[in-house]
Amino acid sequence: MGMREDVLDRVRRNQPSARSRPVVPDFSRIAQANLLKTFAKSLELMAGVLVEKPPDDLGAFLRKQFPNAKNICSAVPEYAGDSRPEDYSTWSDAAKIDVTVVRSPMGVAETGSVLLSEEDLRVNTIAFLAHDIVILLDPQKIVENIHAAYRHPVFKEKAYSVLMSGPSGSADIGGKEVHPAQGVMTLTVILWPEQAKT
Amino acid sequence: MSAIDQALNAARFIEDRTHEKYFDALMWSLREARDRSALEVPEWEELRDLASAIKEHTLSNLAQYLEEFEASATRNGSQVHWALDAHEHNQIVADILNRHGAKNLIKSKSMLTEECETRPFLENRGVSVTETDLGERIQQLDDEPPAHIVGPAFQKTPQDIANVFARAYGSDASNTDVVYLAHQMREHTRPLIEKADAGMTGANFAVAETGAVVTVTNEGNADLSGNVPKLRICSVGIEKIIPSNRDLAVFIRLLSRSSIGLPITQYTSHFRAPREGGEMHIILVDNGRSARLGMEKFWPSLKCIRCGACMNTCPVYRRSGGLSYGSTYMGPIGIIMMPTFGIRRYSELPFSSTLNGSCSNVCPVKIDIHEQIYAWRGVMDEKHQVKLAKKTAMAVAGEVLSHPELYRIATSATETSLKLLPRFAIYNDLNAWGKHRETPEPAKQTFHQWYKEHRQ
Repeated sequence: MGMREDVLDRVRRNQPSARSRPVVPDFSRIAQANLLKTFAKSLELMAGVLVEKPPDDLGAFLRKQFPNAKNICSAVPEYAGDSRPEDYSTWSDAAKIDVTVVRSPMGVAETGSVLLSEEDLRVNTIAFLAHDIVILLDPQKIVENIHAAYRHPVFKEKAYSVLMSGPSGSADIGGKEVHPAQGVMTLTVILWPEQAKT
Repeated sequence: MSAIDQALNAARFIEDRTHEKYFDALMWSLREARDRSALEVPEWEELRDLASAIKEHTLSNLAQYLEEFEASATRNGSQVHWALDAHEHNQIVADILNRHGAKNLIKSKSMLTEECETRPFLENRGVSVTETDLGERIQQLDDEPPAHIVGPAFQKTPQDIANVFARAYGSDASNTDVVYLAHQMREHTRPLIEKADAGMTGANFAVAETGAVVTVTNEGNADLSGNVPKLRICSVGIEKIIPSNRDLAVFIRLLSRSSIGLPITQYTSHFRAPREGGEMHIILVDNGRSARLGMEKFWPSLKCIRCGACMNTCPVYRRSGGLSYGSTYMGPIGIIMMPTFGIRRYSELPFSSTLNGSCSNVCPVKIDIHEQIYAWRGVMDEKHQVKLAKKTAMAVAGEVLSHPELYRIATSATETSLKLLPRFAIYNDLNAWGKHRETPEPAKQTFHQWYKEHRQ
């Protein structure tokens, strides 16, 4: 505890006179009707793929999109898949997954992001160690911007949460974003109202 | 320890025209991407004001927010440690790893651990450390420090990187395709990630209200480092604290746009508590920050969110390369931070600037960077850290500039001599400008002569 007091004492002694805390507005500008359009545009910018309505047969859709996939891990009730997150109790084993299917509780129009947490993933690594990821998102759950996004209770309740915006990439060579990096190679969002089940 | 001679290092960098041109163009493209991205946000300037005000509020109440963060994180089940300096930080990390018998550590990029030289410290104690950020891994394989705080390997061309990977991984040195190179990294690093027994990340933000450590990456490597092993260690500089998620939104909107011109990074990740059956350790590190907080002129540099925008826009940085600064933090932000780590060693850095103010204009948290650079020059003078040659030149310039008649004679004489003198008399060691570029065409007349002709 000695170091703790040392650091805090120095900070207390040196911190400048108190400045007031500003109020952060919501900066709401986009009409409700345009949220989806903005989300689509942002997701495209982040190199994500958007599917605008649920395919009639998700299994057939996935086989067509990912012809080499042998192990599709499903975290959603809409689709059985080849495995479930619970099969990867050793979290690094999720590297065996070809495609992860998961539902996100929120999308963000401004950035094309989708929210995921351990509640949706159950095993967090299925979102990164899989080769590709497919995310179901209820279009009614798209919020306007990052200010609105951070009001979601998940950020205060869950051990781990992430705003995922397109597939893993890197601009470290030459400053231009390329894919893949070490996470998923592709990210697909399917707009899929929560009540519509296959 | 002798002073870093940034100008000399920069001169060596410039000798190689390929790298100079490549780096300059790359940095400027990021600056342009930042401008385009900022223009799309109508409230951009308001966000900058807010970001600055939130940081100033937090830093001026830092002790209270640190305690709040500690209480929230502890409540969530994280273990919070405090480190006064780099050595204490490294020792805490080594002790945690030791207790768990952890020998394979995966790391996401953290400038704080660069500052603390954590990697060599751990390697000397038998820990194998793998950097998982592409740029940082390239630098690790090439045994070089980062040249840029966002893209550590920006100073390397794709050919340089192909050579590094060919040496380290046996890949094809003639294949400079960026996607091919990214694949090489993925193939060779993923197995190391899968077998790691501890993961380490830095922090872009630490939220007092929630006790969460927030990281921002394109690659998802912080998520891998923080999720694959059960043992997670987060190193957090004490200035990274912000009050709440409401404040966090402001910074997330500014950070990637300022940095690479994208509205957000692919992964904005919130580590609020350990995973089930795992441990999360958070180390709050001072390492000179509390001392800087007490410096009346220089404490606002603690507002920095490490976006790199000041570097991308700086004409000196763009043409010098990041390694020329010989320091953990480089470019304009490095110039104002590094002297607090060693006044003698970094005494020359404040002179590596044109004071054009572009850095301050793009800074998302409105640090008065160029004014601080100027103020540091004053400090170096007071502390007798300025070289005699520089002082003499400055004294002559001061004399000439404060006497209008003398100034007119000097400018007129320069214009005349540039027209008349032979090349060897202009391009020599006395003319730093002419070393790597042509001297501008002399004007027909000085401004004063023109003014006299046209206004009287």
